[in-house]
Parts: sequence; C-alpha cells; structure tokens
Amino acid sequence: MSLSDLPLLQQLVLVLAALVLFTSFVLLEQARLVSAIHAFAWQGLLVAAVTSVVAAAAGAHHLYFSSLLTVALKALLIPWMLRRLVQRLDLERHTETLQRPALVIMAGVGLVIFSYWLVLPMVEQELSFTRNIVAISLAAVLIGLLMMVFRKQAVLQVIGFMSIENGLFLAAVSATGGMPLVVELGVAFDVLVAMVLFGVFFFQIRESIETLDVDRLNRLTESAEDVVADSAQRSAAGERQ
Amino acid sequence: MDHLLSPAAWGLAAVQALLYAALAPFVVGWVRKVKAWLQNRRGAPVLQPYRDLYKLLGKEARVAHTASSLFRAAPYVVFVATWLAAATVPLLAVNLPTTTVADIIVLVGLLALARFFLALAGMDVGTAFGGMGASREMLVSALAEPAMLMAVFTLAMTAHTTNLASMIDAQLAAGLVLRPSLLFALGALILVAIAETGRIPVDNPATHLELTMIHEATILEYSGRHLALMEWAAHIKLVLYGALIANVFVPWGIAQSLTPAAIGVGLAAIVLKLVVLGAALAVGETVLAKMRLFRVPAFLNLALLLALLGLLGHVILEVGG
Repeated sequence: MSLSDLPLLQQLVLVLAALVLFTSFVLLEQARLVSAIHAFAWQGLLVAAVTSVVAAAAGAHHLYFSSLLTVALKALLIPWMLRRLVQRLDLERHTETLQRPALVIMAGVGLVIFSYWLVLPMVEQELSFTRNIVAISLAAVLIGLLMMVFRKQAVLQVIGFMSIENGLFLAAVSATGGMPLVVELGVAFDVLVAMVLFGVFFFQIRESIETLDVDRLNRLTESAEDVVADSAQRSAAGERQ
Repeated sequence: MDHLLSPAAWGLAAVQALLYAALAPFVVGWVRKVKAWLQNRRGAPVLQPYRDLYKLLGKEARVAHTASSLFRAAPYVVFVATWLAAATVPLLAVNLPTTTVADIIVLVGLLALARFFLALAGMDVGTAFGGMGASREMLVSALAEPAMLMAVFTLAMTAHTTNLASMIDAQLAAGLVLRPSLLFALGALILVAIAETGRIPVDNPATHLELTMIHEATILEYSGRHLALMEWAAHIKLVLYGALIANVFVPWGIAQSLTPAAIGVGLAAIVLKLVVLGAALAVGETVLAKMRLFRVPAFLNLALLLALLGLLGHVILEVGG
C-alpha cells in the first residue's frame, strides 16, 4: 500500500506526526529557555492535532475528548505554568547551548533509526493506517530521554520529561486508538501534579545551590564539607582569641 | 522518447536556456525592489540590473599584475558552468532534451565546478580579502552540499529517479499527495538555496568592503566584463534555485507538451512562481538579520537534519508496511 492510495485526511495525520518528531529535535537543540517552552507548546498542539485528525479519519469520537484534554493541558496550561515559573525564577533570558550540537542531533537521528528497527515487526502486522506512527512516537520518547541526559538545566529536563509523555500519548493514539477515558484522565492528572511538584523542587534546588544547573548537585557534599571545615576553622580561631 | 530529439525540442531547450539568462537580472531587480518597498524606500527600477550588466560589459577589464591566466578564465568558466546547470532545470516545459540527458547529480556537480573556480579566482591574486572569501565560500559549500544531496536523495526515493524531468512528471501524475518527506526536503532545499546563493542570513549580497562578506570578497578584484559575467552567473544561480524549488515542489502549470498554448501557460506560471518566491525572499531578508559566520554551520546543520528527517520520514511513514 503506498501513500498516494490513502485518503487526504490520513496523509495529513502522517505529515502532522512527522512535524511532532521535528519539534522533538527543536526541543533537543533549542538554546533559549522561553523558546523551548514555546516549542513544547507547539508539540502539544501538534499531538492534539494528530489525535483529532485520527478521530476524524477513523471515526473514533472518543478521541476528540482526548484531543481537547491535550490542548488544554499540554499546549496551554503546562506551558503557561512553566512560563510563570521561569518568570518567577528570573530565567527569562537564560540560554544553554549544547556542547556538541551536531553530535547530539546525530544521536537523535540514530535513535529514530533504532526505534524504526525496533517496531519493524509490529509494523508488518496489518494494523490501522496509524501503525507507521508508532516508530515516530517511540523516537519522540527516546529523544525526550536524550534531552534529559544532555541538558543540564532543571527546567529543560522537565520539558524533556513532558515531551516523553507526549510521545507516549502519541503511541497510545497510533497503536491502539487511544486509552480508556479513566486512564487518560489519570495520566493527565499525574502530569499536572508532577508539574506542580517540579515547580516546588525548582525553588528548593535554587535555594540550596543558587542555580538550576543540575550538574552542580554533585558538588553538594563538597560544599557541605567546606562549611564544616569553615566552622571548625572559625571555632579554632575563637578558641585562640 | 523520439520526439524529444526533434529540432523543435532542441530549439525550445535553447530558448529556455536563453530565457534563464534573460530572466535572471529581472528576478534580482524584483527582489531588490520589494526589499526597498519594505524598507520604505522607492528603490532602483526593476530593470536596473540589466543596465548595470550593460554598463559593466562595455567597460575595460582591469587585471592585477599578479594575476595568472586562471584569473582571466575563471569568469567564463563560472558563467558557462552555472548557465549549463540552469539549462538542466526545467523552466517552461518538462520533457526537453537538456533536462533528460542530465540528472540532478550533474546539476550539483556543475554548480560545484563553478564554485571551485570562483574560489580559485578569489585566491589567485593573493589579496587578503580574496583568500578569506574563498575559504568562507568553501566552508559554506562543504556544509551545504551534503544537505543538498540528502534532500535530492529524498526526492529521488519518492519519485524513483534522479532525473528532474521524471521527478516533475511523477509529481504531476500523483496529483495532490501530502508527503512529510517532501515537506522536509523543501525546508532543507530552501535553507541550502539561501546559503548557496549568498542571501541573508548567511551572506549579505548588498555589502561591500566589510569583514563579513563571502561572495563579494571573492570577486572583489574583478572589473568590467569579467565582473559582469560573475554577477550574471550569481543572478542565474538565484533563478536556478528558484525554478528548482518552484517546479519540483509546485509543478503545476509547467508545459508537458510542446504546443504553443502549453508553453505560454508554462511561461506565465514560472514568472508568477518566481515573482512570489522573490517577494518571499525579500520579506525573509527584511525580517532576519545576518548571522555570525560561526553560526552558519548550525544553520546548515539544521538543513541536514531536515533532509535526514525527510529521508527517514519517507522510509518510516510512506513505505513501511
């Protein structure tokens, strides 16, 4: 079956899914924090668009509800919360460039190929027309993981985590035509709570190490030793006086 | 295939090649005019590039004492190679002999030949600017070429051919099909075209005697008819990329038969497409600022990524299963 045999609506699903993958790469390389949040919002919107077009093309009406939920949560609410957090943390002009962007991007491309190879046996089964998207969604999950590995800034790691959730949602839509409503609501609530908790954590991390660079967390023990050594010195000095 | 070798087809191919040379200054003038409008200036007339070329062709060509014969030959090589490359891209009609004997790999090769001689000519006189421009030109092209070839392979896999005419025929036969791979290939090709034709944000075509120039630095020592040929070649290259993008991705309107009516429609269609593309280029150049030279690799890396995603998208989404 070739692409030109599919109806136009189903072709649109594939184009939107490819754009979701592209936004994953944009997230991976985006240097500006605020732009990364915007790219994440676009990814949520594209995932919602894929869901609603699948609903229209396959006549699965319950997917419209998931699509609405995705728009509200991933394209509006969570980006807004992230944006407000960034404002309150005074990180609006924060930029973080990757050390070797070309290599990281090539690693991402490698992950796409790997996930295609992984789902190949599944694709060979006659599923619905969305079966080709399974590889894309798996790649989005893996690229989200890659982002969490290579990014040092806590907010960007959270965005990576959220984009993993986007990939999982896309996988659910493409492989099984969406999850049951209860599960979907549960996951949505989970993500929301996670977001609130992350917000609290950002403030905690910043209060203790005065930055959101997660690599600095390794040095917490050293600085604690420094404090101990410092106080020991001071008390020694006090005794001498 | 027999009718392709008829004198009429060869005649039309020659007319098309001449049309490339004749149309190129108009497109450049149009882009400059739209840019001037967007900057609240009146701007030079659209026909100004023709007058510039006429003026330069009439002037004496001065050559530096240190220049070798290569310096004199380079403008002719660059012009002829670019013009030949343009002749392989369908402009008015699809099945012309020039477009069927040479495929898109030949096109890339001819453009590489022109660029090679441009860089040699830049270094030949031995000035600092020329050498710097040549090295930058080679940097940009070395990064742009893989992206261009990847985009070309994406197109070739979709159409099962590397021949431009067959590609356009396949596109027309398939009708309106939304292909993610072509979308990404289009993005990659646009970025490559911007880099290769030296437009903002990679290079500023209007700059002179600035440390940021790339293309202008290599032709700084040229004057008279040599300079005219170099400039004309640059204009043809711009139209070549415009016609490539317009006719491969939006092929509708191009003549598939050699009747006068079809060719008239083809001419109107390509002029309209080039005018729209030129206006879009002018808007892009007004909105964007020129980037630092060391940001150019990231820009072309994006082009390569888009081309790779196009290739993978084709394999995963369009073939799989």
